[in-house]
Amino acid sequence: MKYLRFLFIGILFGIIMTKGEVVSWFRMQEMFRFDGFHMYGVIGTAVIVTAIWIFLVKKFNARSIDNTPLKFKIMSLQWTRLLLGGIIFGLGWAMTGACPGPLYVLAGHGHLIILVVIAAALLGTLTYGVLRDKLPH
Amino acid sequence: MNLIEFISQPWHWSVTGLGIALVAFLLVYAGERFGLSSSFEAFCIIGGAGKKVPYFKRDWKEKAWLIVFAVGSAIGGYIGVTLLQSPEPVRIAADSVQSLTALGVHLPLSKAEGLGYIPVDLFNFSNLLTVKGFILMIVGGFLIGFGTRYADGCTSGHSISGIANLQPSSMVATIGFFIGGLITTHLLFPFIFSL
Repeated sequence: MKYLRFLFIGILFGIIMTKGEVVSWFRMQEMFRFDGFHMYGVIGTAVIVTAIWIFLVKKFNARSIDNTPLKFKIMSLQWTRLLLGGIIFGLGWAMTGACPGPLYVLAGHGHLIILVVIAAALLGTLTYGVLRDKLPH
Repeated sequence: MNLIEFISQPWHWSVTGLGIALVAFLLVYAGERFGLSSSFEAFCIIGGAGKKVPYFKRDWKEKAWLIVFAVGSAIGGYIGVTLLQSPEPVRIAADSVQSLTALGVHLPLSKAEGLGYIPVDLFNFSNLLTVKGFILMIVGGFLIGFGTRYADGCTSGHSISGIANLQPSSMVATIGFFIGGLITTHLLFPFIFSL
């Protein structure tokens, strides 16, 4: 069953995000107020270690478990959408104290109210899909 | 102290960061990418949005793994607050505690008051129809869903995978994320919390 692997990686992700307190609204506030190092340490470590494994898998031409080429996203420098879209996401990130991944983790904590936040996010994505051709990219 | 008690303590940032890098690697090794805002697209595509909106007219099978991953994340979250529950609520820096208290945000001091993940007295169903609650939960959620698609990624896809892959576009997006977060925290919160 091909999907089972994603279930297990998801479970691992949920545990890490919870135990590392990365899904805490309060930790996001601490980060945006520059009062603590925790979130910067988490993100910094994740970026550096990911940069190292990306370097290694490229160097050794590693392939996926199904022997397919590894997927890496390449995106051209579209300033308007990156900055404008980035700021819009950032505004919401600090309000809800969560990015997309953590929302599912928090729902698993038993906070049913987070399902409302996820529904609002789906409405936002739907709205982007509708307005896409009218927005500057 | 047994093993469960040991890993039930809050994890150090270095262990957490290493764990996230491992998840990113496992997803790529499993044939996908560490980019989680695409899950919103996946839900829209599976929900049939493609019938009305061309942007969502895509094969749902390509994105189905994100739904499975989201379910796994929720299960992992459940394990994290039950079997592996921390002995104390999340504790943040004293300066932040002071700033948030001044805004009227209550921080849990004991587990009876909450685990310190979401501010339970702000994020609840009875607050949904107050102006403050509506902005924090509904407007906030909407902006996440809209902004991530507009910027084509979120913290996982841009700030971690993209920057680690030395993509200039991801650095620009991450600067945007922070500008937005700082505006909300320092300019909008004093106003929102006075409502």
